[in-house]
Amino acid sequence: MPSGFMQFADKYLMWKEGPMIWGSDVAILLVSIGIVFALTYFHKWKWLWREWITTVDHKKIGIMYLICALLMLFRGGADAELLRTQLAIPNNHFLSAEHYDQIFTTHGTIMILFMAMPFIFALFNIVVPLQIGARDVAFPYLNAISFWLFFFAAMLFNLSFVFGGSPDASWVSYPPLSELGFDPGPGENYYLLALQITGIGSIATGINFLATIFKMRAPGMKLMHMPLFTWSTVAACVVIIFAFPALAIAIALLTLDRIFGTHFFTILHGGNPMMFVNLFWVWGHPEVYIVVLPAFGVYSEVVATFARKRIFGYSSMVASLMLISVISYFVWAHHFFTMGAGADVNTFFAVASMLVGIPTGVKVFNWLFTMYRGRIRMTLPMLWTIAFVPCFAIGGATGIMLAAAPADYQYHNSYFLIAHFHQVLIGGVVFGMLAGMYYWWPKMFGFKLDERLGRWAFWFFNIGFYVCFMPQYALGFMGMQRRMYTYPADMGWNTLNLISTIGAYIMAIGFVFIVIQVLYSVKYGERDLTGDPWDGRTLEWSLPSPAPHYNFAVIPTVTSRDVWWELKEQGRTDELKPKAEDIKPIHMPKNSARPFLMGLAFFVAGFGFVFDLLWLGFLGLAGVVACLIARALEYNDDYHIPVHEVVETEATLGRLG
Amino acid sequence: MMAMPDAMYGGHSGVTSSDKPLEYRDPNQSVKILGFWLFLATDMLLFGCLFATYLVVRTHTDGGPTARSIFDIPGFTLETFFLLTSSFTGGLSTLAMRNGNKKALVSWLAVTIALGLAFIGLEVHEFIGDVAAGATWERSAFLSAFFTLVGTHGSHVTVGLVWMFLTLLQVAKRGITPITARKVFVVNLYWHFLDVVWVFIFTVVYLSGRVM
Repeated sequence: MPSGFMQFADKYLMWKEGPMIWGSDVAILLVSIGIVFALTYFHKWKWLWREWITTVDHKKIGIMYLICALLMLFRGGADAELLRTQLAIPNNHFLSAEHYDQIFTTHGTIMILFMAMPFIFALFNIVVPLQIGARDVAFPYLNAISFWLFFFAAMLFNLSFVFGGSPDASWVSYPPLSELGFDPGPGENYYLLALQITGIGSIATGINFLATIFKMRAPGMKLMHMPLFTWSTVAACVVIIFAFPALAIAIALLTLDRIFGTHFFTILHGGNPMMFVNLFWVWGHPEVYIVVLPAFGVYSEVVATFARKRIFGYSSMVASLMLISVISYFVWAHHFFTMGAGADVNTFFAVASMLVGIPTGVKVFNWLFTMYRGRIRMTLPMLWTIAFVPCFAIGGATGIMLAAAPADYQYHNSYFLIAHFHQVLIGGVVFGMLAGMYYWWPKMFGFKLDERLGRWAFWFFNIGFYVCFMPQYALGFMGMQRRMYTYPADMGWNTLNLISTIGAYIMAIGFVFIVIQVLYSVKYGERDLTGDPWDGRTLEWSLPSPAPHYNFAVIPTVTSRDVWWELKEQGRTDELKPKAEDIKPIHMPKNSARPFLMGLAFFVAGFGFVFDLLWLGFLGLAGVVACLIARALEYNDDYHIPVHEVVETEATLGRLG
Repeated sequence: MMAMPDAMYGGHSGVTSSDKPLEYRDPNQSVKILGFWLFLATDMLLFGCLFATYLVVRTHTDGGPTARSIFDIPGFTLETFFLLTSSFTGGLSTLAMRNGNKKALVSWLAVTIALGLAFIGLEVHEFIGDVAAGATWERSAFLSAFFTLVGTHGSHVTVGLVWMFLTLLQVAKRGITPITARKVFVVNLYWHFLDVVWVFIFTVVYLSGRVM
């Protein structure tokens, strides 16, 4: 082969790095060929373009978020298994130190930004408009932009693995380690650009859902009539719009340092690395509440439905959601008590951190009191909810331990911390997202996920979780620090590490069961013909599954909380069936290819800046500007669905009153 | 069950009331104004973080140019004069829009754009002078933060100019409709916001830099 190509292959394709890269290259190639072949063979290109890529329908965007989140859960999970395999035995050299650094970096970044975030956005999109009686979100076009920015950012981030090298300065990317002098190469740039792009999309989503919830509720639905998942979306979106700008600035300034030679966080010329750490956590801590608050919303819906009771303490649930979102902003320094800010600063942040336990405790008790004397049905969403309660309680308790600043000098960056945040993020967020996925799956796709396979997944994942993470608390006390790629045999850590790794494998089996469950249920899952498979309480269950693309033929009037449940109790459900004479033409947004193209332009820009190809970077940005201008001058972006079409659709669904 | 509004953006009432200002009458448009206020909140935090960074490294000049040595009082005073005046003329354009006076609206938008261009011209001139004197953003953390904070504001103003020009074209072509009225209102909100940010830049960066 020509030497030019070999140089390219060594430098960018990293072909000297061994079988993992080769395997990924082959896998990517095969999957791409497979997708192209399948789309061509089944004549699905047009379908893909019309129904998905150009869609502005919140339900479809939600489904795309969900698919991406599950794929990223796989990628992040594969990273986790590699990390645990490396740590299973002492003096292991399964991964080199460099690869280990890259993998824990991508594991953390993917799990937070490219798994948890799209997962909550999936549920926002699928659930919120249906729960509040709206036909779409406030800004459907912007919603599509948010999705495509996330999608292309995720592509950009994952591309680093096979092209140029993954980032390796951890998901927090503290300078000066992440500065050019210590971390040359494109990996860190990938991290910065991918996060910047997806962050813009997240801010837009926060704005979009706040406007949706404040302005587009069905007539009669007061704020205190809203379902708790919708409330949790409000709380999360408030935190999003107040926290994400800090991330945008932190990584923008680091990008300037790396690409344009400024000195914000360098050691030289007066830079201050701790400023990055502060800015990062001003976003970073609220971020964990951003992902856990919607999970709290899911638990609230699930508990009420499957205990067949009104949620206990609705007002206190709302108050505690909003309180958590406010307090989340005053705790960030607990991530670096050891910085040396002094006793007064540390005390403030320690106390604020402990305060979070109060509203969270209120919520836990409310869920328990809702279950108390309820007629509980042990469905999959309920199983994950019940598993969440003790798991989150333990994770919360260890969190209070970490919040005690003097003691934190001992735990800081040890495996105790690792165990803590995995327990709250998996026990809180992942359990919640899975509960939400099982709960609303029939609403998305029209069939339930298989119960039996789901139970296997549940038990494997839960048992695996405790086997994996309980030993890590002990390892932390025994002095094992995070981010060490191997350890000597005489530290006394061997057995616990091996157990932890076995637990990680058991969790992987749980994930495999979820995959099998989805595939099996596509064909054999119980079909949902009523639209209300769980005997639900809120408006989304008054619609057929899946809902028609305009959602409500006639917008309902809401008179109480749990309105669908009330109507069922009073035998008045027919009132929500549209009458042909009430149906008017429905005003809907048109599909557009521009959000996709804008995402693509951002991808090009990001790729250009990653490799210091400034011309390509600015070319991509020019594409973004072109999309913005075209949008500014666009006038015909909506249409009306004619009455006869709505009447026909409703008649086919057997819903005409 | 009552008869329902059919619009996607029906909101609570779906009623269009004529006692509201034109830009708020159509719920399809007024929801965009709310969305824009929310966007401004995020943009405000963006600037807040840049201000915080600037304040932290303000004195980190690394032996290079200091605030006192590079800030030119007549220059930034004139910039302030142009931008604050443009905010006033922008307000007059909104007033003209509410009065249904298309000609005045277009004229005031044009004046606002001209004043904005003058501001940007002066700022670019200031930056070129700084760089020529060796005060580049690679020189020190102070200069990195200065150029980034003030430059971010300047690029916002530039975006605003392009946007206002596009709005002007649409008003000229389509007249004052609920849609163009909303566009005029929103671009002016943005413009006033940038003015407020400039007041802080004037105080925190330029005045404090000369005095402290």
